[in-house]
Amino acid sequence: MSAIAGGGPASATPGPPVPPGSARPAGISRVIAVVGPPNSGKSTLFNRLTGLRQKVANFPGVTVEQKLGRIRLSDGTAALVVDLPGVYSLSPRSEDEQVTHDVLMGLTSEVPRPDTVLLILDSTNLARHLSLAASVLSLGLPTLVVLNMADELKTRGGDVDVAALAARLGVPVALISAASGEGWEAVLQFLGGSIAVPRPIDLPVISDIPKCHQWAARLGKEAGYSPPAPPLWTRRLDAVFLHPVAGPAIFGLVVVAVFQAIFSAAPPLMDLIDRGVAASGEWLAATLPASLFRDLLVQGVWSGVGSVLVFLPQILLLFLFLGLLEDSGYLARAALIADRTMAKVGLQGKSFIPLLSAYACAVPAVLATRTIENKRDRFATILIAPFMTCSARLPVYTLIIAAFLPERPVLGPLVGTRAAALLGLYALGFLAAVTTARLLKSSVLRSEKTPFLLEMPPYRMPTLRQVGLRLLDRAKVFLGRAGTVILGVSVALWVLAHVPPKAGHAPKIADSLVGTIGRAVAPTIEPLGFNWKIGVGLVTSLAAREVIVGTLGTIYGIEGDADAGGLQAALRRDLTPGGAVALLVFFAFAMQCMSTIAVVRRETGGWRWPALQFAYMGVLAWIGAFVANRVVTALVG
Amino acid sequence: MRRRFRYRKGSPAKDQQKEPLSLRDLRQGEEAVLEKIDLPDDVCRRLMEMGFLPGTRVVAARAAPGGDPRVFRVDGIEVALRRETAAHLLLRVPHTPNAAGAP
Ligand SMILES: Nc1nc2c(ncn2[C@@H]2O[C@H](COP(=O)(O)OP(=O)(O)OP(=O)(O)O)[C@@H](O)[C@H]2O)c(=O)[nH]1
Ligand SMILES: [Mg+2]
Repeated sequence: MSAIAGGGPASATPGPPVPPGSARPAGISRVIAVVGPPNSGKSTLFNRLTGLRQKVANFPGVTVEQKLGRIRLSDGTAALVVDLPGVYSLSPRSEDEQVTHDVLMGLTSEVPRPDTVLLILDSTNLARHLSLAASVLSLGLPTLVVLNMADELKTRGGDVDVAALAARLGVPVALISAASGEGWEAVLQFLGGSIAVPRPIDLPVISDIPKCHQWAARLGKEAGYSPPAPPLWTRRLDAVFLHPVAGPAIFGLVVVAVFQAIFSAAPPLMDLIDRGVAASGEWLAATLPASLFRDLLVQGVWSGVGSVLVFLPQILLLFLFLGLLEDSGYLARAALIADRTMAKVGLQGKSFIPLLSAYACAVPAVLATRTIENKRDRFATILIAPFMTCSARLPVYTLIIAAFLPERPVLGPLVGTRAAALLGLYALGFLAAVTTARLLKSSVLRSEKTPFLLEMPPYRMPTLRQVGLRLLDRAKVFLGRAGTVILGVSVALWVLAHVPPKAGHAPKIADSLVGTIGRAVAPTIEPLGFNWKIGVGLVTSLAAREVIVGTLGTIYGIEGDADAGGLQAALRRDLTPGGAVALLVFFAFAMQCMSTIAVVRRETGGWRWPALQFAYMGVLAWIGAFVANRVVTALVG
Repeated sequence: MRRRFRYRKGSPAKDQQKEPLSLRDLRQGEEAVLEKIDLPDDVCRRLMEMGFLPGTRVVAARAAPGGDPRVFRVDGIEVALRRETAAHLLLRVPHTPNAAGAP
C-alpha cells in the first residue's frame, strides 16, 4: 500500500521554473500547496508533514484560510507547505475557495506562489474527485496525487491500481491513510526527489464539466478502480439521527446531559483546583516575608488568576462535546436539521455551522463564515455570531448561577435548576441571534436566496488521540489567556487599587484609582442593579469576558472578602437577585471581546460593521439588563 | 430498497398539467435519472461539480424532519438540497408516463 508509483525521483528534470512576481523566502527550496476537495484529509496530512496542529474535523469547510508550515526534505533543504481550503473546482464560489484560487495563481502577497502541488483525493470517492485532478494537472506544476483514506477504501472493499493510475495521469500517485499514517513516507520521499511536470493523457477542456466527469470516470475504470461499498454505518446512524422523531429527541437529550454534566460532573474537579489555588496562596502568604510584593502575589495574582482557573474543567467539558460533534460528522446533520429554522430568518443551513462553532468562540466562527457563498448572508452570520454563547461566558454564567440559584431537581434527577438556567441563557443568546438575523435580512442585508448545498460526510469514529489533542490545545489556550490577559489585568488592578497612597499606606479600595474608575461608570449601570465593583469588572471585561471573574476575584481578594466564603459569597452580599439576573442578561448580549471586534473588522473590511455591531449589542445589553433588573426586583422584592 | 420513481395517484394535478418532474417529487428511497438543471449558471456549475450531471442516477435519501431539506445520493456522495432547489433539477421522464404506475 505504501508504494509510490510512477513519475519517480529518478527522472532528472530541472527544478521547476520560479513564477515571476513570487518571492520565495531564502533557504526554501519548494513551496508546496496542499490542494483537494473539501474533507478529503488535507489538513490531516499537512499536520503529519509539518508536525503542526491545524484544525481537523469531519465536515466540509473546516480550513478557511491558508496555513503555512515548514518541513525538511530528505535532500536537506527546507520546504514551505501551504494547507488550503477545500475546493470542488478552480472556479471559486465562496471566500474560502477564493483563497485557494488566489494562492495557487500567485495572486496573494502573503504566500509565495506554490511550485509543487500535493493533490489530496478521497480514494473512497475517486471517480468524482478525479475531475478536480483535470483542472489541477492543467496548471502544469509538478504534482503528486495522494489517494487518501486507504483504510476506509479497504474496509469497505474497494480497490484501485495505483500504478495504472500513475501511468494514465503521468504523475506519481500514492495511496495513503493520513489519519493512521499508513504510507505517508511515500509523500516525503516524493517531495525529497526531483519532480517531473505532469504529462496527463488527453486532458479534457476544463470548463466542460460533463467532459471532465467522463474523463474522470474513464480514468477510474482504466485504473481498475472499484468503488467501495456504501458506508453501512452511516446509513444506519442516519436512520436514527435523521429520524423525524427520534433524531431531534436524541439531540435534545444529549444537549441537556451536557449542561447537567457542567454542573454535576465538573464541580469535583473544580473544587480540587480551587483547593490547590487556595492552599498554594496560603502557603505563599505564610512563607514570604510581609511585603507589598507578597500582597500583590497573593491578593492580586492568586485571587485574580485563580478564580478563573477554576473554570477549566467546565470549559473542557464543553469542548469535549463540541469536538465529538465535529469529528463524528454529526455537525453536517445538525446543519441540515437547522436549515428550516435558518430559512425562517432569511439565512440557510450553512450559516448554522459557524454559529455552532461560535459556542466555542466567536473568532473562528467569524472566519468559518467564509464558506457561505452569498456575501450578505455571510455578513449577517458574522454580525449575529457573537450572540451565541461562547465559552468565555461560561465562567461568568456558572459563577453567578451557582452563587444565586440553589440546585434542585427540575426533571427528576436528569436536569437541575442550574442546568436549566444555563440552558435558558444559551437559548436567550440564540434567540437574540436569530431575531437580529431576521432584522438584518429583511432590511440592510436583504438578498436573493442562494441555494443550500451541503455535502454530508460519512460518520467517522472520533479517535481518542484527536479528541485528546483538541482538549490539550484548548487547555493551553485557556491557561495562556489566564497567564497573559487575566494576569496582566489582575496585576494592573492591584496596583491601581493601591494608589494614591494615603499617609504612606494603601488607600481604602473605594478611594483608590480603581474605586474612582468604578464610581465613574457607576451612574450608567446603577439602573441595572450593579455597584461600582461590577462596574470595574465590566470595564475590564471589554478585553475578554472571563476577565470580569478575575477582576472581581482581585477586588474581593484585596478587601479580604474572598476569604469569607469565597467569590460566590462575596457576590451574594454585593448583588441583589435582580442585579444578578441583569448581569447574566448583560453578558448574554454585550460584545465584550477585543479579538472578535478585530476579526470582524478584518473579515468585513472596515470599521463600519464592527462599530455598528458593538453599539447595537451594547444598547441591547443595557436595555435587557435594565428590564431584567426591574422585573426580577418586582417579583422577588 | 430502491424504487424507480413512479407517478403517484395522489398528485393527479401534476399529471394533467404535465409540470416537469423534478428531484422534489422523489420520496425517500426512490431513484431517477437527471435530465437537466434549470438554475443560474454558477449554481448549476457547482451542482454539476458535485455530481449532478444530466444522465446521472440520483437516489432520494433521508430528510430533515418535515421533509425539507432532503439528502440526495449522487455519484457515491450525499448532498443536501432544499425542496425549492430540488424543484429545479428536472428528471428524465419515463417513455410511457401513464403506464409507469405499475411496479
Ligand atoms: N478513515 C480516515 N479518515 C481520515 C483520513 N484522513 C483524514 N480523515 C478524516 O477525515 C476528516 C477530514 O479531515 P481534514 O484533514 O479536516 O480534511 P480537509 O481536507 O482538511 O477538509 P477541509 O479543510 O474542510 O477542506 C477528519 O474527520 C479526519 O479525521 C484517513 O486517512 N482515513
Ligand atoms: Mg482542512
